[in-house]
Amino acid sequence: MTGTEKLLALEGLTKAYPGVVANDDVSFSIAPGRVHALLGENGAGKSTLVKMIYGLVRPDRGRMLLRGAPYEPHTPHDARNAGVAMVFQHFSLFEALDVAENVALGMENPPSQRQLSRRIREVSEEYGLPLDPTRRVGELSAGERQRVEIIRCLLQDPKLLIMDEPTSVLTPQEVDILFETLRKLSEEGTAILYISHKLEEIRALCESATILRLGKVVANCDPREKSARELAELMVGQTLHTPTRESTAEGDVALELSGLSVASSNPFGTSLKDVSVSVRAGEVLGVGGVAGNGQDELLAALSGECLAAPDAVKLKGRSVGQLGPNARRRLGLLAAPEERLGHAAAPDMSLTENALLTGAIRENLVSNGFLKWGSARSFAEIVIERFDVRTPGPEHAARSLSGGNLQKFVIGREILQRPEVLVVNQPTWGVDASAAAAIRQALLDLAAEGAAVIVISQDLDELMEISDRFAALNEGRLSPPRPAKGLTVDEIGLMMGGAHDMEVAHHGAA
Amino acid sequence: MDLSAINPVILVASLMVASTPILLAAIGELVVEKSGVLNLGVEGMMITGAICGFAIAVETGSPTLGFIAAALGGALLSLIFGVLTQVLLSNQVATGLALTLFGLGISALLGQGYIGIKPPATPRIDLGPLSDLPVVGRILFSHDLMVYVSLALVAGVWAFLRYTRGGLILRAVGESHDAAHALGYKVILIRLAAIAFGGACAGLGGAYLSLVRVPQWTEGMTAGAGWIALAIVVFAGWRAWGVLLGAYLFGGVTVLQLNLQAAGMAIPVEVLSMSPYLITILVLVIMSADRRRAAMGAPASLGRVFHASS
Repeated sequence: MTGTEKLLALEGLTKAYPGVVANDDVSFSIAPGRVHALLGENGAGKSTLVKMIYGLVRPDRGRMLLRGAPYEPHTPHDARNAGVAMVFQHFSLFEALDVAENVALGMENPPSQRQLSRRIREVSEEYGLPLDPTRRVGELSAGERQRVEIIRCLLQDPKLLIMDEPTSVLTPQEVDILFETLRKLSEEGTAILYISHKLEEIRALCESATILRLGKVVANCDPREKSARELAELMVGQTLHTPTRESTAEGDVALELSGLSVASSNPFGTSLKDVSVSVRAGEVLGVGGVAGNGQDELLAALSGECLAAPDAVKLKGRSVGQLGPNARRRLGLLAAPEERLGHAAAPDMSLTENALLTGAIRENLVSNGFLKWGSARSFAEIVIERFDVRTPGPEHAARSLSGGNLQKFVIGREILQRPEVLVVNQPTWGVDASAAAAIRQALLDLAAEGAAVIVISQDLDELMEISDRFAALNEGRLSPPRPAKGLTVDEIGLMMGGAHDMEVAHHGAA
Repeated sequence: MDLSAINPVILVASLMVASTPILLAAIGELVVEKSGVLNLGVEGMMITGAICGFAIAVETGSPTLGFIAAALGGALLSLIFGVLTQVLLSNQVATGLALTLFGLGISALLGQGYIGIKPPATPRIDLGPLSDLPVVGRILFSHDLMVYVSLALVAGVWAFLRYTRGGLILRAVGESHDAAHALGYKVILIRLAAIAFGGACAGLGGAYLSLVRVPQWTEGMTAGAGWIALAIVVFAGWRAWGVLLGAYLFGGVTVLQLNLQAAGMAIPVEVLSMSPYLITILVLVIMSADRRRAAMGAPASLGRVFHASS
C-alpha cells in the first residue's frame, strides 16, 4: 500500500442547514489500509460529513471520488454496495430482535438465517469478537452490541469502515480489543475513518488526522507527532482551562447507602443489587462503569423517582428511602439526570418554568399553591448569569438551547439551590470542551463549599480529574470505592468488570 | 332454565362465525402496530367496510365483489389516516379517534338507501365428505369462505413476521424507526403499506358483519367491535396466534351468553350482555400484570412520530 494511492477523496464538500453551515468546503483523502482520524468538538460537523459519505445526507456542493470514480450515494444501500460500511455512535440496533436478525437487516442480500448464524460465528472468532447469534440484543452489554455492529459491517467485506465515536461505551480492556481488531483490518487493506474526540486513543491508533472546527478543516496532521493538548487546542481554537480545586477537610457522612436494591422499571434495564457506599460532606465520589450497568437506576433511586426501603438511603443519618423526589429535595438531596430534554428539563417549557419545576421548594417560588412568577424569573436569570448560559432570556424554551448551554442551566439550577448532596449523571455528555470544563469546575466549587457530590459518568478522564474516590457500577453492583489518586487504567478496567470474557479469545488468536 | 338446550357442537361452530369480524380487524391492526403505528380508527374502518361491502354486494348481487369493495374501502379510509400521521405528522391518537367518528358518519350517509334490504347470501363452501364428518365436519368444515380466509390470514401474518425478510424489516421499523432509517429503510412507505393492509382487513371484518353475521345494514352496526379488536391485539401480546385465541375467546363468551339468555338463565340480561367486555378487560388486566413481559411484546416505537432528521 503506498501513501499516494487514494481510496476515498472528498473535494470541497459543503452542506448547509437553515441557520448553520455544517460543512464548509471540506476536502481530504484516505488511503487504503490507513486509519484516518476525524477530530472535532460536538457540532464541528463530523456527523454530517460521515452521513454524506454513507448516503444519509446529500451534499449541497462538492464531490466525492471512490477509487478515482465519482461516488454519489443516494441511500445507505448505495454506500454499502460500493463497499462503505458504518458503525454508528448511537447504535442502529433493534433491542427486541436477536443478533442474527440485526445483522441481516444491515446487509444487502443476507443468506438464510442458519447460514448467516454460521458466518457470524466464523467471523466473530476470526476477529476475536465472540458473539452468540441467537441472543436478543436487548440483553447484551454495550460492548457486545458494538460487536454486533462491527460484525454486521465485516460480513460485507467493506473497503472503508466508518466508526463514529466507537469507544464511548467501552471499558479500557474492550477498547484494547477493539483496537487490535481495527489494526488487523487495516493490515488486510481496509481503510478506517475513525471519529472521536478522545485524543489519546487517536494518538494510539491513527496514522493521519483531519481536524474540523465549525464545519471547516483547520488542520491535517499526523496525530502521533502531536501532543494531546496540541490536538485539543486545534479542535477548540483556544487554550484550555483545566479545572482546579482547593483541598477540603472531610466532613461528616452526608449520604449513606446500605444494601440498596431496586428493580429496574425498564424491561432491558439493570436492577441495582445491594449497593452500599457512604459519601462525606465536601467529597466528590465518582461512579464509573459502562453504560447500562445501573447508572440510570442509581440516579432514580437517589433522586426519589424509584422508592426503596427507608433505611437503604440515609441523608445525614435520616432515613429517606421511602420519600419521593420533592421530600428529598426539601431535605437537601438534589439530582440532575442524564437526559437533558425530557428528563432534566421539559423541552417546550420556558427556562423560567423549568427553574420552577425543581426549584419551587428550596427557593420558595410557590406560596399557598400560587406561583411566584417574579421570583421564579429572577432565579432563572441568576442561573443564566452565574453559569454563562447563552440564551436571549429566561422566557425562551429549553429546547431552543444547545446541548452544552442547557446542561449548564440544568446543573446550575441544582447547584444554586445549595444542595447538601448533589447527584449528577453524565454531567458533560455531548457538551463542548469549554462548557465541560466550566461544569466540572462548578461541581468542584460546590464540594469545596461543603456539599457531597456524586458524579455518575462514563468519561473516565473526567472522573479521574474531579473525584476524590472512585467506584464502578457493574451489572447493578457497586464496587467498594477507592481513592482516585494513583488508580491505574488497568485497575479501573477491572473494577468496571474487565472485558466480559473477551481476553481469552484474543490470547488464543495471538 | 334448560342448559341441555345448548348444543356444544353448534356453539363452537357459531363461535367461529361470531369471532371472524373481530379476528379479521385484529390481525390487520396487529400488522399496523408491529410497524409502530397505533391506528385507533379500526371501528371507523370496519363500519365503512361494512357499508361498502353491503352496497356493492346488493348492487352486483355478488358477495365476493362486496368483500373486495369492503377491503378497498377500508384501505382507502386508512390511507387518509396514513397520510395525515405519516406525511403530515399529525398525532396518531387524535387522528385515529377522528377516523372512527368520520367512518361512522360517512357509513351512515352511504347507507341511507340500504336500510332494511337483504344482501345476497354468502354461500358455504362445500367440502364434500369432510363436511359430513360427525362433530368435526359441523365445527370445522361447514363454513363460508371468509372464515377460512381469516384463519389463513392469521397463519400468513405469523409466517410473514417470523420467516420472511419483509416481516423482519416491518418489525425493525416498529422497533426503532431511527435505526431503520439509518440503515436505509423507507420507514414511511413501509408504514403506509402496513396501515393500508390493516384498513383492508378491518374492511373485510366489517363486511363479514353486514353480509354474513347479521346480515343486513343498520347504522352503527359494528357496536364497538373495532375497539375490542384493538384490545385483543394488546391481549395477544402482539402475537398472531394470540390474536386468534383472543378473538375466539371473546366470540365464545358472546355466543355463550346469547345461549344462556335463550336458555333463561337467572342472571339479568344486562349482566350477560356485558360479560364479553368484562371478561376481555379482566384478561387484559391479568395479562398486563407482569409489566416486564407485557413490555417485551410491544413494538418499542409504537405510536411515536417519525421525522427523518436529515
